[in-house]
Amino acid sequence: MAIDWFPLWLSLRVAAISTALALGIGLWLAWVLANRNFRGKEIIDAAVTLPLVLPPTVLGYYLLVVLGRNTPIGRIYEWLFGGPLVFSWQAAVVAALFHATPLLVKSARAAFESVDRSYERAARNLGASELRLFWRVTLPLARRSILAAAALAFARSLGDFGVTLMIAGNIPGRTQTVALAIYDAVEAGNGAVARVMVLIISGVALLILSLANRLTSSPYGPRQAAL
Amino acid sequence: MIQARIRKRFAAGFESAPFSLDVEFKAAAGITVLFGPSGAGKTLTLDCMAGFVRPDEGRILLDDQILFDGASGVHLAPQARHCGYVFQNYALFPHMTLRKNLEFAVERIPRLERHRKVAEMLEKFRLTEVSGRRPYELSGGQKQRCSIARALIGSPRLLLLDEPARGLDAPLRAELYTALRQVRQEFEIPLILVTHDFEECLQLGEEMIVMREGRVVQNGPPRKVFEQPANVDVARLLGLFNLLPVEILALDPGRNISRLRYHDFELTGPYFPGRLIGDQVWLCVRPDVLSVAPKDGRLRSNQLPATLLRAVEKPERVRLEFDGDIAVETSRAEFEKQRAVKEWVIEFPQNSLRIL
Repeated sequence: MAIDWFPLWLSLRVAAISTALALGIGLWLAWVLANRNFRGKEIIDAAVTLPLVLPPTVLGYYLLVVLGRNTPIGRIYEWLFGGPLVFSWQAAVVAALFHATPLLVKSARAAFESVDRSYERAARNLGASELRLFWRVTLPLARRSILAAAALAFARSLGDFGVTLMIAGNIPGRTQTVALAIYDAVEAGNGAVARVMVLIISGVALLILSLANRLTSSPYGPRQAAL
Repeated sequence: MIQARIRKRFAAGFESAPFSLDVEFKAAAGITVLFGPSGAGKTLTLDCMAGFVRPDEGRILLDDQILFDGASGVHLAPQARHCGYVFQNYALFPHMTLRKNLEFAVERIPRLERHRKVAEMLEKFRLTEVSGRRPYELSGGQKQRCSIARALIGSPRLLLLDEPARGLDAPLRAELYTALRQVRQEFEIPLILVTHDFEECLQLGEEMIVMREGRVVQNGPPRKVFEQPANVDVARLLGLFNLLPVEILALDPGRNISRLRYHDFELTGPYFPGRLIGDQVWLCVRPDVLSVAPKDGRLRSNQLPATLLRAVEKPERVRLEFDGDIAVETSRAEFEKQRAVKEWVIEFPQNSLRIL
């Protein structure tokens, strides 16, 4: 039984990159949603959450419409990187990003909002700039929830099927992620390969989720201990 | 010296009544106590001074610096105000050691100077040994001292304390008061302390500002407020007086006498200048100036019959609570002799009677 390890490797790489990007975008968005008051704030929050509930095909269709070779964004990408975005492994990253970001924004917003306001007041009172307040107080206090959310986002990115299929395709050796590879293996009656992949991906997911659970328990004892 | 005139209105919310804060006061170096019941706007006043809340109108001046000016729109950020703030829950950063908590407050000064300052503060507040611990590993008193040290380390020009004694037991309270007196000695800045405990005002306060429903109702030295509450509201807030509704029946400046009617009884008091016959006023008298005796036969003048409801034992004295909301404090020995008596007479010494 010859197993092609490329899909697994690609999936891990796609998940890692999309989680990292989602952290950047998600933390910023979550901070804005938690700290700024403006009109349409809850609509933005809802729009960010939308990918969690939309059918993958709908999401994939939207992305094709927005990122396709004949769209402005598609053209700019092609001009910048010399190749089309759709049906490349980078498109799989975009697909995963739309699963990872909502999870991160939701959790990070809740985590930021649960940081006791008096810590932020204390930091400002002690002369800390907003940036230092964020890096030294808010983020460390929300760190565990955010890492747990990042772990979840990573696990979720690992398993995307529908959106990846729509915008990255199923090109073996180029854009075939592990979820697609399992589907192909089953279709081709290659049960042994499918079983191995299924077990590996389940193991990885289980590991990540238990890690996320460990992280969500508070490091400073019960909540009152902070007082 | 801090001078503040603060106005702030809050419209009625979903579950809250409208509230308006309208206060004006000055505080020089020394301890000034903001006293009042919950919901009087004491903490809000502190938050306006610290810059956490923007007032609608007014002006806040610290020494010669304008912190806030409604007319010209000046509203300095909390970072620029140099006000130390001791939070009710201490707000020590839970993810930092005690030393890091202090360093956080002086990060902008050069490293050597910073180390010296932190070491000095740790020493002064007896925290050197526990400086490597995180807040949740500290005792209440240590957290308390650390939060004061952290508020002071940046050499603020004003120190604000939001109910620092709340939730502390008696020994820790005493320790806190000692620490605050020490701070008062060493730092020539105004300390503004919020409390709803009058004992604390007497213990610490050089000046006292009594607040109620967003307004200042009286200010002055605590001893003076205690001796001469400005009105019945202040007297009620202090919670230390018997307040009886009386009507003035007669006033005789010549003999320095007045006659007062309380329900069906008449009492004789001193002459009250500036009052008229027929005025409905409050008789305000401290429980410890009243005296009691078991009831036997006829009432003499200025005596009132009363039924004892309960006796509250205090370490030195006993507080006797009678029907008609009258309380009398007497010595323990005096009470022990007549423990079983239910019907008493209360004597009102003529010259200790005050009206509000």
